Amino acid sequence: MKSPRGFATLLGLVALAPLHAIAADAVNVPPSPAPYFTPAATEPKAPDADGFIQRWLLLEPINKPNRGNAGFVDTYIRRELTREYFPGQFSVVPQAGDKVTAEGEELAWHAVDSTRFNMKLFRFAHGLSKRVYGVIFWAVTVVDCPQEIPNVRLAVGSNSASMWWLNGAEAVVLTGDRRMVMDDCVSKRITLKKGRNVLRGAVINGPGMSDFCTRFIDENGEPIRDFTVRLDNSGK
Amino acid sequence: MKSSVLAATASTLLALAAASPTLAVEGEPYIHDPSTITLCDGKYYTFGTGAGGLISADGWTWLRGGVRPGGGAAPDVLKLGDRYLVVYGATGGGLGGGHDGRILTMWNKTLDPASPDFKYSEAIVVASSDGAEDCDAIDPALLLDPNDGRLWLSYGTYFGFIRLVELDPTTGRRREGNAAVDIAIDCEATYLMYREGWYYLLGTHGTCCSGPNSTYNIRVGRSRKITGPYLDNMGVDMLRGGGKLLVAASGRFIGPGHFGLLDLGDGVQKFSCHYEADLDRGGRSVLDIRPLLWRDGWPVAGDNFAAGTYVIQSERAGYALELAVDTVPMPHTRYRPWGSSAGGPAASPAAATAGAGTPPPPTAPEVPPAPLPLQEVAVVSKDWPTGAVEVRLGDYIVRPHQKWAITPVANGGGYLGAPYFKITIAGTERALAATAEAELVTVPSFTGAPEQLWRIDQLVDGTYRIMPKQVPDSKAEYALTAIGASTITLAKFDPQDDKARFTFRAP
Repeated sequence: MKSPRGFATLLGLVALAPLHAIAADAVNVPPSPAPYFTPAATEPKAPDADGFIQRWLLLEPINKPNRGNAGFVDTYIRRELTREYFPGQFSVVPQAGDKVTAEGEELAWHAVDSTRFNMKLFRFAHGLSKRVYGVIFWAVTVVDCPQEIPNVRLAVGSNSASMWWLNGAEAVVLTGDRRMVMDDCVSKRITLKKGRNVLRGAVINGPGMSDFCTRFIDENGEPIRDFTVRLDNSGK
Repeated sequence: MKSSVLAATASTLLALAAASPTLAVEGEPYIHDPSTITLCDGKYYTFGTGAGGLISADGWTWLRGGVRPGGGAAPDVLKLGDRYLVVYGATGGGLGGGHDGRILTMWNKTLDPASPDFKYSEAIVVASSDGAEDCDAIDPALLLDPNDGRLWLSYGTYFGFIRLVELDPTTGRRREGNAAVDIAIDCEATYLMYREGWYYLLGTHGTCCSGPNSTYNIRVGRSRKITGPYLDNMGVDMLRGGGKLLVAASGRFIGPGHFGLLDLGDGVQKFSCHYEADLDRGGRSVLDIRPLLWRDGWPVAGDNFAAGTYVIQSERAGYALELAVDTVPMPHTRYRPWGSSAGGPAASPAAATAGAGTPPPPTAPEVPPAPLPLQEVAVVSKDWPTGAVEVRLGDYIVRPHQKWAITPVANGGGYLGAPYFKITIAGTERALAATAEAELVTVPSFTGAPEQLWRIDQLVDGTYRIMPKQVPDSKAEYALTAIGASTITLAKFDPQDDKARFTFRAP
């Protein structure tokens, strides 16, 4: 059992209203994304040694109350993560500092580099003093390939469920009460085109830790590293 | 070696096999003392005691038609270069009362009697027994030592010793000056094989040729040297009657004997044998081909795959193959997992652990909870999509979309030792299929198309490789592969990788 989420899910001990307060009070760390994130640098960034993409534009969490994660079945995830929460959700590559309004709240985009292989969304939200439970995180990055790379797969781990799109096409869906493990769900064979490839994801979570990790792998499961990530105006 | 997997898998399949009879091979597989199954120009051949032999185009359906002159007992075949060396015992051994046997070798460029190249060379004697000595020169078997290319011949019966002599692999004749070495007693139909520094001597023990009353069984010892001593798992020399049991009678099959190795590569080994009696075929002696497994350096007989309902579990992360559909919640009463009374939330787990808020001692026995029924496929499948549905790997929680019926396909053909299977969601006709993109999907009903036929081979560690008969529009040979912990695809099989290994478990 994963405390506290397991117990919270089981007993309904976590009410929805005080989620923000729980985030602020229950985790004894300074209100900063550090040491988990640094502002994204301007120079292109290669994936790490294992191919994980560590540079993303993250949107402050959208309010999406869910007391537990057991309801993240396929139908729910496909319905709720393809809804439009803000204009340009599936088309715009934002710049750091851009703001959108979703579920009645103004939310800002942040360009960050993770100091780890994964993107610790809970720490991102907590560091910004935003809600951490009952949320949807949106993430966008741009993969710049010097040449076309066919027959690759997008490999994702996320906590909890998530959906991912490459160049506007659905790539992979992670349903259920997910734990983040590397290479958990993997897309079908896809092609990274030469030049810019926009990778977009949405991670939904009720109570508990939120994070994700993404990389591209080849036919044998080995990491693809022949690309860089560069966010427009990422130092903003 | 994953002995725990092997043991669990073997026990599961044995339990299921009791309810679902397995099959020996199909066709007219009537034979005694089958020679090592040999591939020649796309067909499989085996020869037995007496004249003739069996031929199979796919390894599953066997028909008469093999041609071997000389009669006698228990031949063996070994391909050396571009020729086939055939060895046989010219007499009938003790069955006729005499033990003056002769072992002969002969060559052929092909085993196909329809080929213009089909012609046996003149047979030459390479070993013999005079009828009085402690040996009966029949039941020969060949081993080409992979370490040094030397060719060895074992032969003999219960009448004295099993003996070992060396042959010239270029001529098939006895090495000049070579003296026979005694390596076992209490055997017949011996066989030699080599694996990872050990030579293995397999011999058939028990009573031959009494149909369903035969006690034939195959045993094994091993040695670091080809000349022995061959000791069993208890350290007993086969010259003193040792021999670890490899396979005995089971199910409808009585008296397995005359081992022959089939190393298919990629971690798949099988062995041929005959049963003294197949009870489903009137007690006739028939050919069978079974998985060969290895545990702690010893060969272990696997079982032919039994039809049944299974969980198909990936060895990568332990997740089960399932339809990509919504998991339907199972209604239940919420019980507190700590404490003794049902209903009502506890203050907190920590408080419960500390004793705070502990309910008073019960004054009456609790009413036993009523059993919860399993979900029925007929109920939950109403909400499944009607067209193609993808599959994935997920936590197994005993749901209908995770249980697979695996059934041999009548007249669907087969491969070495097994028929093709269909894999359907139990209780439905929704069938697993390969796509032209080398991915996996389920289709609403089974049509018998080659992309819906599945080859299931047990690997030497007891796990399984699962392959479609055909990926549409492709000649690639692909196997089910967990490319992600929760994602399954078709990919080239890697015998060293748990991504492509699966186990079948009782649901």
